[in-house]
Amino acid sequence: MSEYLDPRGLSRRELLKRGTALGATFIVGAGFLAHANDAWAVESKALSPETMAAIIQVARDTYPHDKLADKYYAIAVKGHDDKAAEDAAHKTLMEDGVATLNSMAVATGASSYLAMGWEIDRVALLKQIEDSPFFQAIRGGLVVSLYNQKEVWPIFGYEGESFSKGGYLERGFDDITWL
Amino acid sequence: MSAPYKTDDNSVVVVIGTGAGGGTLANELAQKGISVVALEAGGRHLPDDYINDEWPSFGQLAWLDARTTSGDWRVSRDFSGLPAWIVKAVGGSTVHWAGASLRFQEHEFRVRTEYGDLPGANLLDWPITLEEMEPWYDKAEYKMGTTRTNGIPGLPGNNNFKVMKAGADKLGYKDCHTGRMSINSQPRDGRGACQQAGFCFQGCKFGAKWSTAYTEIPAGEATGKLEVREHAHVLTIEHDNNGKVSGVVYADKDGNQHRQAARAVCVAGNSIESPRLLLNSASSMFPDGLANSSGQVGRNYMRHMTGSVYAIFEQPVSMWRGTTMAGIITDESRNDPSRGFVGGYEMETLSLGLPFMAAFLNPGAWGREFSSAMDGYENMAGMWLVGEDMPQESNAITLHPDTKDQFGLPVPNVNFSDHPNDIAMRNHAYQQGQAVYDAAGAIRTMPTPPYPSTHNMGTNRMSAKARDGVVNKHGQAHDISNLFVSDGSQFTTGASENPTLTIVSLAIRQADYIASQMTAGKL
Ligand SMILES: Cc1cc2nc3c(=O)[nH]c(=O)nc-3n(C[C@H](O)[C@H](O)[C@H](O)COP(=O)(O)OP(=O)(O)OC[C@H]3O[C@@H](n4cnc5c(N)ncnc54)[C@H](O)[C@@H]3O)c2cc1C
Ligand code: SF4
Repeated sequence: MSEYLDPRGLSRRELLKRGTALGATFIVGAGFLAHANDAWAVESKALSPETMAAIIQVARDTYPHDKLADKYYAIAVKGHDDKAAEDAAHKTLMEDGVATLNSMAVATGASSYLAMGWEIDRVALLKQIEDSPFFQAIRGGLVVSLYNQKEVWPIFGYEGESFSKGGYLERGFDDITWL
Repeated sequence: MSAPYKTDDNSVVVVIGTGAGGGTLANELAQKGISVVALEAGGRHLPDDYINDEWPSFGQLAWLDARTTSGDWRVSRDFSGLPAWIVKAVGGSTVHWAGASLRFQEHEFRVRTEYGDLPGANLLDWPITLEEMEPWYDKAEYKMGTTRTNGIPGLPGNNNFKVMKAGADKLGYKDCHTGRMSINSQPRDGRGACQQAGFCFQGCKFGAKWSTAYTEIPAGEATGKLEVREHAHVLTIEHDNNGKVSGVVYADKDGNQHRQAARAVCVAGNSIESPRLLLNSASSMFPDGLANSSGQVGRNYMRHMTGSVYAIFEQPVSMWRGTTMAGIITDESRNDPSRGFVGGYEMETLSLGLPFMAAFLNPGAWGREFSSAMDGYENMAGMWLVGEDMPQESNAITLHPDTKDQFGLPVPNVNFSDHPNDIAMRNHAYQQGQAVYDAAGAIRTMPTPPYPSTHNMGTNRMSAKARDGVVNKHGQAHDISNLFVSDGSQFTTGASENPTLTIVSLAIRQADYIASQMTAGKL
């Protein structure tokens, strides 16, 4: 995860000093997004840090796992920033998608998507844009970019590769006791 | 040693594809001293190369050339460019396969007679009977080292099986065991025993599972009569003025084209590529494609009635540990129309790793209903439902009018819609699968839609009469006597069992027939 820490070689304290709080979770500054409590930050090359923060929240709301920290969602959606850096249309898709969500949030009386307090209210907005290219790009990408992170596998109990350990013949392939 | 052969050597039998059908046939012919050139579109990957990681393994092995889909099946919506999950490599889909090896039942060779005339279904009896097939099944099971045959013990049950078995017992099912699996339960044939590694779908790194990649192919090569050309993608089959096939044109790794002459050609590219190849080989003599006077080439595409049931329990199952598919309930595979459908289905244990579970549990779904199911992954058990689906003329492989592949040839479109019988059977199977897990104490069960097809059948079907199908009871084209179909596309109907044992049995039988025809001077 190191590449996601202190993206510009700045110390974490420095980052926090240079940024301003966005909701309760994030600190944003020029070209970066840091987590308020967790020791990670992500550089944003093409998308604004505010857009990245909203996309991370959309990712969590799409596949909410309370046992997964935000950094896994941040890693999972980082590809959209990379792609936006190379593809202006993708940049527009992401920035406009978030802008749309924010204006929908404002219409409900909140100040932004991120400022909406309950998942159920945010999900109600996502439901309305479920078929949009913006939402489908985020959801579709997550299926692989979130669940194929080897770091998240143990959190779900999945053990991954087994050949180097000789399979499970001696390691519990039939160890069930509760049946 | 006669191999390798020259491209103008017209004494060789050319086999296209080295999977269950082609790999077996190539070896069997070579064992009889017949000169064989096997052309394989993919490269050679052996157990050392296989990757215990689902997406990278998929990237290594899967057939990813462009394909399109249509019809009302969900695969067309969720995986529009990936109708089937099959392999492009020496060994074909026997690198991926799980090893379940079941004989068809007696009535499944004569379903038109048994089921009657079902509206919308293009049913036909096979031109062979179980009795005729039995000796070939014997040989195939011996070759593949199928458990519970030839005195080979069954595999030990893993956790996923134990959950299935507990539910099956409570429900009163009588026939639940760890399957007839072509996976070594003890060392055999120079290969070791299963280490319960749990990556059967990704290629068995222990070589415990039978795969033509490291059984049939090297055995054939060792005779000196078989030459396997890798990265040799066959584009068209050519014929002479007498309407006999005379050779094939293929592209090598660099896209350069070559022509290999042939005494006979055996097509075994699996049920999408095989008919596509015949259709792409149309000529002025055969304007509708080779062997297609019946119009049945590409039609009657079957993929089995499939679906899965996953269930979450209060405590861990760790279903990914151990053999992926060594568990079966066969009680529902009988034909009993009182259930509301003809034909039957098997319930077989199945596990996906976390990455594939995310992709296949309910494609397109999102939100807490989905993610909470994923949260239950460690406590999940899973089964696959596989039953007989109805052949329908409109379920077909056709050439796409516009989209071309990397060689400029029309890509295959796979059109598929369920028959009402398929839907009724799937609903019954979902209900019974969920009942099995409920009986074992599940707190949540999930009927999961079919994946891209792993079982592909029927698109060059066998028939007694030339007007009803593409090949005769030996897989020999009705229209062209030195053209054979040697894979699952020759299936007249699909039965409720996994297809590979039958594909291998037919290939062994076909090798015998080809040899006898050659001896008789007819080929
Ligand atoms: C994940 C998975 C699990 C499975 N589990 C089971 C199971 O437990 N039991 C069971 O019975 N079956 C199982 N199957 C199905 C089984 O793998 C297939 O039924 C069987 O391999 C089909 O044999 P085939 O000869 O028709 O085609 P394949 O084995 O797919 O071989 C076709 C070969 O032809 C090559 N080819 C295609 N076109 C060309 C061309 N134009 N030129 C040159 N080469 C070409 C391909 O690259 C491939 O190597 C499973 C399949 C998958 C994917
Ligand atoms: S479980 Fe057995 S057959 Fe499957 S991959 Fe592991 S060793 Fe091979």
